[in-house]
Amino acid sequence: MIKVEGLTKRYARTVAVDNITFEVEKGEIVGFLGPNGAGKTTTMRVLTCFLPPTAGTASVAGFDVLEKPLEVKKHIGYLPETPPLYPEMEVDEYLRFTGKLKGISGSDIDRRVDEVTGRCAIGDVRNKLIGKLSKGYRQRVGLAQAIIHNPDVLILDEPTSGLDPKQIIEIRELLKSLAGDHTIILSTHILSEVEHSCQRVIIINQGKLVAIDSVDNLTNRLRGSEAVAIEVEAANGRPNPTEVQQRLEQVAGVSRVVMRNSKDSRLSFEVESLQGRHIRADLARTVVQSGWNLSELKAVGLSLEDIFLQLTAGEEKARQENSVEAVTVSQEGAQQ
Amino acid sequence: MKNILLICQKELKSYFASPIAYLLMAFFGLIFGFGFYTATRDFVRFSFQAQMMGQQGPMNVNEQIIRPLLGFASTVALFLIPMITMRLFAEEKKTGTIELLLTSPITDMQIILGKWLGSMLLYLCVLAMSAINMAMLFAWGKPDLQPVLVAYLGLILQGGCLLAIGAFISTLTKNQIIAGGVTFFVCLLLWLLSWFTAFDSSASAQVVNYLSIVTHFENFGKGVLDSKDVIFYVSMIFFSLFITSRSMESLRWRA
Ligand SMILES: Nc1ncnc2c1ncn2[C@@H]1O[C@H](COP(=O)(O)OP(=O)(O)OP(=O)(O)O)[C@@H](O)[C@H]1O
Ligand SMILES: [Mg+2]
Repeated sequence: MIKVEGLTKRYARTVAVDNITFEVEKGEIVGFLGPNGAGKTTTMRVLTCFLPPTAGTASVAGFDVLEKPLEVKKHIGYLPETPPLYPEMEVDEYLRFTGKLKGISGSDIDRRVDEVTGRCAIGDVRNKLIGKLSKGYRQRVGLAQAIIHNPDVLILDEPTSGLDPKQIIEIRELLKSLAGDHTIILSTHILSEVEHSCQRVIIINQGKLVAIDSVDNLTNRLRGSEAVAIEVEAANGRPNPTEVQQRLEQVAGVSRVVMRNSKDSRLSFEVESLQGRHIRADLARTVVQSGWNLSELKAVGLSLEDIFLQLTAGEEKARQENSVEAVTVSQEGAQQ
Repeated sequence: MKNILLICQKELKSYFASPIAYLLMAFFGLIFGFGFYTATRDFVRFSFQAQMMGQQGPMNVNEQIIRPLLGFASTVALFLIPMITMRLFAEEKKTGTIELLLTSPITDMQIILGKWLGSMLLYLCVLAMSAINMAMLFAWGKPDLQPVLVAYLGLILQGGCLLAIGAFISTLTKNQIIAGGVTFFVCLLLWLLSWFTAFDSSASAQVVNYLSIVTHFENFGKGVLDSKDVIFYVSMIFFSLFITSRSMESLRWRA
């Protein structure tokens, strides 16, 4: 349904999207995950024909975004990052306007407006001025606008931002009910968001594709690794921070050590493990054997930022280890 | 066509949802009323004097009231145009609603024509404020209708032209104030040029004069309908709307 090949988008100075390729099948819900400035919005803008690609191609429903923009736009419902609302209009009036803009005929419009106001739970503000709505309600009106013409493809840029927890759950339900005959791409920086709503995840960072995987695979991959907060205190005097860091890095299974804080005689670090490695016992032993006091050791959740580093750095390290193994295996083979 | 009218309708609604439409109409109505009052007062005084001096024959309402009055109106309208056009694109760029329009299945040209038409209708509403005073003239004097209609046609064409230029300027920035300021400056420049070139008969002055949107109004103001002037205005409108669409195109490539 959506096909992106070698897509690159360059602004005056920055390369916002750098040679990314992916496909989305009909009926899928795909999460587009990345930290701020990753290029999510930019990719979505190219898909919706708002911006032309610098290089590469993108097509939606079989129509190329550059060659057949009108056809592409007919198939897409789009919720931009900031909902495109006219504050001087009433909700009903706005939805009728956007519906007509997207080609709904006059006889269908009332039925469609009724339906989307129901689905997005904005029935109680239908006659209010949009300018007087709260942020969450605006977001929902924006969402209603995106689905008003019942499009094949929904492109939603951070659809749950500004919503309360109850609403987030309702939106998730809504998305699930839309899945099947609609293809949905939604962007977010919240990992759990993707876990709940999506079947597949596309992760990008600084314009580059980091991973495309099913949500199950990804969570399995990540569940194996852990992040540990550790606080070290010298038994006598102040320990040398670089020395402590080096020791911690040498512990087997550690992928990254970041110094968080040094206060008086205490030093705190955050340590991440490679996938499938449990490092807490080894860390504790190392600290104690080095003659320092272990004042705190606890598991912390991986943040999205950590996951990116994990995915990029982890793959790098895993590749190195694999090649080392490959070398030893081949040496063993030669000896036999 | 349906899409153009849809955009046009939306523009009109938002003009009338804010005080700007009413302010412009009230302002123009007052200024025009003031001009009307001065012109008729002078007219009455002069015709009274003429009678005292024994001169016969009625004085001409067309020549002495309507012509200067509508000339005055064309200058006033010149300075109201920026207030109408400044928000056309700049506001949508600022609030992000442009993203809705540009990702909907309608063409850039439909958006531009819709917006221009909307601004045109507001401009007509503003001009319509002169109707009361005009009606008084027709009830009291016996002016010729035809030159009045020609002058109004001139006002409409000149307005359409400047509105198209204003729309173009509004695509260049996110900032309404800048869009309005630059458009105001352009109108001011056109107005000043028409003053300077009026006393200059050199070739360059003639060229500037031809290109000046304001000077083409002069014939209309006299009640003379010259196809040259009409063609000039109509092609200026097309040209401005065309560069507006180019500007929107490049907006996508740049931003
Ligand atoms: N109009 C623009 N002009 C120049 N650079 C831009 C423009 N829009 C975005 N960028 C740059 O492109 C990069 C990607 O931006 P983009 O908005 O796509 O990120 P994002 O993934 O949507 O981030 P966020 O999570 O903050 O919404 C950023 O480095 C940003 O600074
Ligand atoms: Mg974004």
